[in-house]
Amino acid sequence: MELVVSLAIGVLAGSGVWLLLRPRTFQLIVGLALLSYAVNLFIFSTGGLRSGAAAILSPGETGTLGAYADPLPQALVLTAIVIGFATTALLLVVLLAARGLTGTDHVDGRERER
Amino acid sequence: MPDSLLLMALVGLPFIGAIVAGLLRARDAASGVAGAVALACLGLVWAAYPTVSAGGVLRAEFAWMPTLGLNLTLRLDGFAWLFAGLISGIGALVVLYARYYMSSDDPVPRFFAFLLAFMGAMTGVVVSGNLVQLVFFWELTSLFSFLLIGYWHHTAAARDGARMALTVTGAGGLALFGGVLLIGHIVGSYDLDAVLSAGDRIREHPLYLAALILVVLGALTKSAQFPFHFWLPHAMAAPTPVSAYLHSATLVKAGVFLLARLWPVMAGTDAWAWTVGLAGLTTLLLGAYIAIFQNDLKGLLAYSTISHLGLITLLLGLKSELALVAAVFHIINHAAFKCSLFMAAGIIDHETGTRDIRRLSGLNQSMPFTARLAMVAAAAMAGVPLLNGFLSKEMFFAEALTADVPLSPLLNVLPVAALLASAFSVAYSLRFIHGAFFGPAATDLPRTPHEPASWMRLPVEILVLTCIMVGLLPAATVGPYLAIAVRGVLGADVPYYSLAVWHGFNLPLLMSVIALAGGVMLYMLLQQRLKGSVEGAPLIRRIDAQRIFERVMVFVSWRLARRLEALLGTRRLQPQLRLIVGIAILAGAGAVWLRGFGPGNLPSTPVDPVLALIWMVGAAFALGTAWQAKFHRLAAVILLGGVGLVVCITFVWFSAPDLALTQLTVEVVTTVLLVLGLRWLPKRFQVAGEKGPEVLTRTRRARDLAIAIGAGGGLAALSYAVMTRVPPELLARHFLERAYTEGGGTNVVNVILVDFRGFDTLGEIFVVAAVALTTYALLRRFRPAADSVGIPEQQREQDGGAQHEDAVRPTADWLLVPFTLTRLLFPVMLIVAVFLLLRGHDLPGGGFSAGMVVAIAILLQYIIGGAAWTESHLRLLPQIWLGAGLLVASGTGLAAWFFGRPFLTTYFAYAELPLIGKVPTASALIFDIGVFALVVGATLLMLVALAHQSVRGHRSAPRRAAGRAGEA
Repeated sequence: MELVVSLAIGVLAGSGVWLLLRPRTFQLIVGLALLSYAVNLFIFSTGGLRSGAAAILSPGETGTLGAYADPLPQALVLTAIVIGFATTALLLVVLLAARGLTGTDHVDGRERER
Repeated sequence: MPDSLLLMALVGLPFIGAIVAGLLRARDAASGVAGAVALACLGLVWAAYPTVSAGGVLRAEFAWMPTLGLNLTLRLDGFAWLFAGLISGIGALVVLYARYYMSSDDPVPRFFAFLLAFMGAMTGVVVSGNLVQLVFFWELTSLFSFLLIGYWHHTAAARDGARMALTVTGAGGLALFGGVLLIGHIVGSYDLDAVLSAGDRIREHPLYLAALILVVLGALTKSAQFPFHFWLPHAMAAPTPVSAYLHSATLVKAGVFLLARLWPVMAGTDAWAWTVGLAGLTTLLLGAYIAIFQNDLKGLLAYSTISHLGLITLLLGLKSELALVAAVFHIINHAAFKCSLFMAAGIIDHETGTRDIRRLSGLNQSMPFTARLAMVAAAAMAGVPLLNGFLSKEMFFAEALTADVPLSPLLNVLPVAALLASAFSVAYSLRFIHGAFFGPAATDLPRTPHEPASWMRLPVEILVLTCIMVGLLPAATVGPYLAIAVRGVLGADVPYYSLAVWHGFNLPLLMSVIALAGGVMLYMLLQQRLKGSVEGAPLIRRIDAQRIFERVMVFVSWRLARRLEALLGTRRLQPQLRLIVGIAILAGAGAVWLRGFGPGNLPSTPVDPVLALIWMVGAAFALGTAWQAKFHRLAAVILLGGVGLVVCITFVWFSAPDLALTQLTVEVVTTVLLVLGLRWLPKRFQVAGEKGPEVLTRTRRARDLAIAIGAGGGLAALSYAVMTRVPPELLARHFLERAYTEGGGTNVVNVILVDFRGFDTLGEIFVVAAVALTTYALLRRFRPAADSVGIPEQQREQDGGAQHEDAVRPTADWLLVPFTLTRLLFPVMLIVAVFLLLRGHDLPGGGFSAGMVVAIAILLQYIIGGAAWTESHLRLLPQIWLGAGLLVASGTGLAAWFFGRPFLTTYFAYAELPLIGKVPTASALIFDIGVFALVVGATLLMLVALAHQSVRGHRSAPRRAAGRAGEA
């Protein structure tokens, strides 16, 4: 299972990085989104992959790691998802405004001289 | 008065006075404040005399960062006491002088504010009991001297002089800081007492030389020693009271103060003698030589100051305790005669309008009293017997004859050099007096000279009287103070020295006589040359230290910077990103190279074919996104959403329901957001018959592909290695154990977010709010590009080619079934949201996903019903939601204070509600409601603002606005 997930992370990150290096703003946004999936999955996986572990305590119980999934990476990733959403929105608007002002959707604000 | 109060007042009063003086308007009030503060400080110094004279040390310590060994330590021993006395005493005289010197056109309160602040910084240097603190005040003196030198900032000379002084002394201060850190490392403490008692340890440490060089660099730059002497003459652009203060008793003396302060622990080695002694010797000769040829009175005094400081530095560089006594003695004497000479030069400048020795002449007739005072002071500077300068010069001669220096040839040089420098100083003193006061009365002066106001002369009179008194009765006047100061440096074992005027016929006396005669002869020989118009000393006129300095500055700050920027910088994003990713890959590879790499020891769990299949689809989606993002943006967005769903399934698979829920809702909103943005991007077609990418592009793509594969492969390997190791469980266990017992919730993730790490969440929602407001603000001024202003063709076709005035009807008619369904769904979704919100503490859900669900519900109405219809039926006030969310969340945190608990402490209990049953009512729930409201507000604000761009009339981007105005 670990192999599948790590390969998945690799593919996501690779596609993301490829898009980051492209010249168009839209590619950049999509690339960042893919990269953040990869990173979120990576952070999540540091807690160990546990299918079928309980996530919710029963009232009055003090949980142990043997029976429950590691909550800390989950909390981190939850925060990361929210912040990722906010930055994507901001980036999108900034890029739209830049495109309006410069007339091009090239990441440098002007087309590359050939 | 307790020690701590006295010391605090001594350092603090000048700074408080500076603020008060700065706020005043009237010139008399400001000078009154300054004078009162200086006198009060002098009184405080005097109050410390009984303790200090008995050999005691006043100490006050205030804890600041005790764990790092950084405390505010004030320490006044005999040596610091002497300096504090000089600073406040001469400060008071300078204030009185400046009151009459400064013109009423100048912003006088500012002058006194700077002067007082400088006085405070200088006092801080001498009473610091901690080396780091000393450096701090040291830099403050650089800063305030910059402000003082540049006081007349309308003149270029003042600006340049101030900047040069700041650059040189500031750089020196940085070196000193490095040296102090090294000393602290060697000793293990920055406390001055600890450092002073660790002399042997410091001298024997391998880092001694480095520390020595750095500290000496700091001291030499501050004291204007060769080769850093060049800033001091340029600092003469300052008002004369500033020069009198900075260059007699304070700023430049800070360097020699430091050398003397650290003398017991750092001196005595050959390295010390070579660096300090050689710099002092060179400066002594060079300064005196150049001083003779200065045509400006203040320039002459400036180089003479450099020379006398060289003398003090040289004395400190000798391996003799008697030389240290002579150095301290000369510090006092130099302060007295140099300050009075500067003031006299200022009076001449003030009353005649010029400081050029060649123009001045015969002032003896018009201002006889000032002339007498200046003559006595200059005689003291020249080392004429029965004046104070003579005594310390005798001591210097005696030391020069007997000094123990590293190399024997140097031993022979010292007496000769001393004699020569002394003759030079006689010559320039003569020039000062003879040039200004004797000869026929000058006729072409800008102003008719006359005696100054008697109050302006009073400080000069006091100082000259001191010179005479010390010269006549040294043991009775300055003796006890000198003894205290020397004991402060050397401790109990002070060598025997005699302060008598007459020591009998001996070699130093003979040297004095030769120097006096030689100086007079030299001056007479040089008459012809000095009258000429050529400025500057013969032989070395062409070597202009200032020009070298400027060249270096230009090179470092301009040419080098430009060259580096041209070499390493780029304004293009792609190379920068390539560099970042490349360095990240290299860093990872480097770590693997150094520490080895291997999968962990955990057996991997069996591969579930279902998830493997799902991820095959996911990987295809991801690759497809990367493939299609250029020409088929909508397809890319859809594929991206697919990837998001696969990630979501993965979260569910591996027991993270909260993550899956959040990911799902965020995915929906992000997709809508991206789709809304698509409309404003330029059309990009793949032309069917287009030739393939040119060669350059193709190589670039190959390189990027390699980087992408490297990054992806690296991250895959890293994740595999991480996943096959036992995860650290320390924090996890902590949270799992306390989630219910202390946080009152069974959903551990949610408890972490709203309780344990509530402060993080609070910060996070502030970020989200800021982002929402920023997008809103950006979109308010949004100007689309010209080719995106028109109605998109899809919309035109949909409307049948005609523009309806009310855009509400057509869409609603066409999508009647989904329209009705979404209206029915709306309340259901709201209930789901409330459900998610309430149960969040115990079951998957929480404020964030609940807020997203509400946003999605409203979004659906927008998509199906259109903006106009939705807004006519729903009053959305995203800003209110957003603000309320922030207030509720912060308010919940603050409420804890009312119960005497720290910020964001939560309280929890279960409440029985009729019908609904047991509901957890932790205060965290209220916090979560704040999060919920904020998420609703922020998401709607962003989406609605973006959506409204499509329905509002646009002006296109400014550049093409004129051409498009008619069409719109």
